[in-house]
Amino acid sequence: MANLDPSPATATAAHPDKGAAAPEHRLYAKREPVFNRRIDGPFRRFKWFVMVVTLAIYYATPWLRWDRGPYAPDQAVLIDLANRRFYMFGIEIWPHEFYFVAGLLIMAGIGLFLVTSAVGRAWCGYACPQTVWTDLFQHIDRLIDGDRNARFRLYKAPWGPSKIARRLLKWAIYLAISFATGGAWILYFADAPGLMRDFFSGNAAPVAYATVAILTATTFVLGGFLREQVCIYMCPWPRIQSAMLDEKSLIVTYKNWRGEPRASVKKAEKNPGQFGDCVDCNQCVAVCPTGIDIREGPQIGCITCALCIDACDRVMKDIGRPRGLIDYATLEDCKREQAGEAPRPVWRSLMHTRTLVYSGIWAAIGFAMLFALGTRARTDITVAADRNPPYMLLSDGSIRNAYTVKLRNMQNRPRDMKIALDGLPGAVMWTDDMPREKAVRDLIRKVPADTTDVVRLYVVAPEGTVPQEYGFTVQSLDEAAETDRSDIRFEGPETSQ
Amino acid sequence: MAKKHIDEATGVETVGHEWDGIEELDNPMPRWWLWSFYACIVFAIAYSVAYPAWPLIQKGTEGVLGWTSRGELAKDIASDQARRKPILAALAATPIERLPDNPELMRAAIAGGKAAFKVNCVQCHGAGAAGSSGYPNLNDDEWLWGGDLKSIETTVIHGIRQPGDAKTRTSLMPAFGRDNMLTSQQVAQVTQHVLSLRGKGKPNAAGAQLFADNCASCHGPTGQGSREFGAPNLTDAIALYSNSPEAIAKQINTPSHGVMPAWGQRLDPATIKMLAAYVHSLGGGEDFQEAAPEVNNTPAVETHGQP
Ligand code: SF4
Ligand code: SF4
Repeated sequence: MANLDPSPATATAAHPDKGAAAPEHRLYAKREPVFNRRIDGPFRRFKWFVMVVTLAIYYATPWLRWDRGPYAPDQAVLIDLANRRFYMFGIEIWPHEFYFVAGLLIMAGIGLFLVTSAVGRAWCGYACPQTVWTDLFQHIDRLIDGDRNARFRLYKAPWGPSKIARRLLKWAIYLAISFATGGAWILYFADAPGLMRDFFSGNAAPVAYATVAILTATTFVLGGFLREQVCIYMCPWPRIQSAMLDEKSLIVTYKNWRGEPRASVKKAEKNPGQFGDCVDCNQCVAVCPTGIDIREGPQIGCITCALCIDACDRVMKDIGRPRGLIDYATLEDCKREQAGEAPRPVWRSLMHTRTLVYSGIWAAIGFAMLFALGTRARTDITVAADRNPPYMLLSDGSIRNAYTVKLRNMQNRPRDMKIALDGLPGAVMWTDDMPREKAVRDLIRKVPADTTDVVRLYVVAPEGTVPQEYGFTVQSLDEAAETDRSDIRFEGPETSQ
Repeated sequence: MAKKHIDEATGVETVGHEWDGIEELDNPMPRWWLWSFYACIVFAIAYSVAYPAWPLIQKGTEGVLGWTSRGELAKDIASDQARRKPILAALAATPIERLPDNPELMRAAIAGGKAAFKVNCVQCHGAGAAGSSGYPNLNDDEWLWGGDLKSIETTVIHGIRQPGDAKTRTSLMPAFGRDNMLTSQQVAQVTQHVLSLRGKGKPNAAGAQLFADNCASCHGPTGQGSREFGAPNLTDAIALYSNSPEAIAKQINTPSHGVMPAWGQRLDPATIKMLAAYVHSLGGGEDFQEAAPEVNNTPAVETHGQP
């Protein structure tokens, strides 16, 4: 395969005598645009699959409905910032249950450790939004401008009607996709059909328009123009993820002991045994979405998308050499293979101590969260004692403490709840909306659906009551009969007068 | 100058430092980075022209947009005042007795009173309105001058012992000991009697008789106190000063007399209503029993040693 590649990347990619002469020193480098060639293969197909699935999830999720009855929104996944609720299918999270969200974030973090220690930067290569949108935009490029060579020619061509028309069309499509990206984002924060109507009739909140505008602009610039620059210069993940890799992680590797020295098929046939398998066709460079040459070794620009594997495997097939000159391999396997040992099956590479430990932690957190979700009560009481003054001596010698009690009804129906004093003999309580003469030891509050009822409670204990611990209990008066309890201290004079 | 060092693997010059064998490549920056940097500079210049930015000797540059944080504050205050205007007007128009009929206005009044209390009242009554010795606790159910909304409002308007206010609340306890109205033995006897009203001390006939002759006119025959004269209830558990025999004897010998400003001269009627509503809400507020007692300025006992 002759090297007809016209792209500037090729010229630098080949560097036949790199390092021989001192390079010209420049402070700033112009971006070399990447014109990556279309390729097909198992990894490319997997990348398509991930792209379709992630985009489908992103765009479809806000439209999923979930019947929550008359008192709550019917959107399956909704981050209701105004009312401080997070809905996710059958799960409803209140602000004080934020640890579930924290747990999810920790699981996401450990999940990333797990994936990285197993298959390298697969997140970067397949699932990262920057990758997905860049990939999408690169397909648009190919659709409008053609494949690698055509795009390079157009890039070099002077501005003319055809080039301007193509550019405008392309940017219009970029813009439409960017707008759809920003538009879908806000649907997670409000009822989607209603917001959609408001948005296009100009009645949505200014923050909705601002969010869409910002996300449209960033998608347009980052996905349409900056692309691999984001991965190489802006994103902190490559730095962090590289730190999670070790010799046992599967990464995309060029097997230089097998490939070098490079030579064309013809030359190799003439000199058997003198050259390696790489025919220097540059296909691996041509398909790379970040425009790097994997044959230079592992580098920060590589997002482990494996498209170069697809490309090289195709070349090897064409010339009748075994596949895998570029392949997913662990550094340990590389050493083993170099020494002539048989390669280990992929599952052996995936299951090493680190991945097993990460999986264990990940699963443990997951089960703990599921357990907490399954057993959490939808009734909750919290009691805050007045601190200033901590207690009050009344004229008949009795001692009064005041509390702010919060009763949470986290069900989407109104419920009666019974608050009762637990302990503190002789004490009675009343609320600020009932007369003291009617003070009781337990009282019933009607708590509306999905709300927190804030009650101001006075508790009075007979003269001579010493400071002590006691509690408030709450019980929902329905078939669930959920209970909760809050411990609190009764304050009073240390010695009775 | 150190000799140029070229990294072998990449052919890129290094910056010339080495940390534990690790060298840094001197790769060029992307050009868009440079443009972003220039854009930041342009933005910074534009910003410092548009907004107050540069400190000069007398004052700072003002910015062509005329924006100031002080102006922003003034705007906030004005909009807040505009928001509060209808509430204040409604408060001014509502007699305090009618306030409970309008729960929303009552809530607003309590919230406003809480803020006004923090500014004007905490110096004596404490942040939690719990008072201290000589400064009444406003949370409890003992009231010297009445605990319904109207009585509290009257107290706040006219204050206690305010010479400039004809309707001020005045209670005057004579200095029985210092002014030789009672001997020290008699003071001790009355002290024991007062203690016995709370079930402490030694009940004694002499003390009871002295109490009936000297104290009952204000504190009542049984020591239950009188709101008409601002005389504390001596039979309950709450003492304005202290329940110790020494403190009681001291109060009989040389009484302390509390004062409170007449807030009617300093605060507007709406604020005073808010203060009354807040104090009433603290837990000891009373309902209207009958018409609130008119301000009484007539001392029940001939005054000696008036301050
Ligand atoms: S070198 Fe290969 S794996 Fe790495 S980004 Fe380029 S194509 Fe993807
Ligand atoms: S590694 Fe494979 S794809 Fe790349 S130049 Fe060599 S033969 Fe071609």
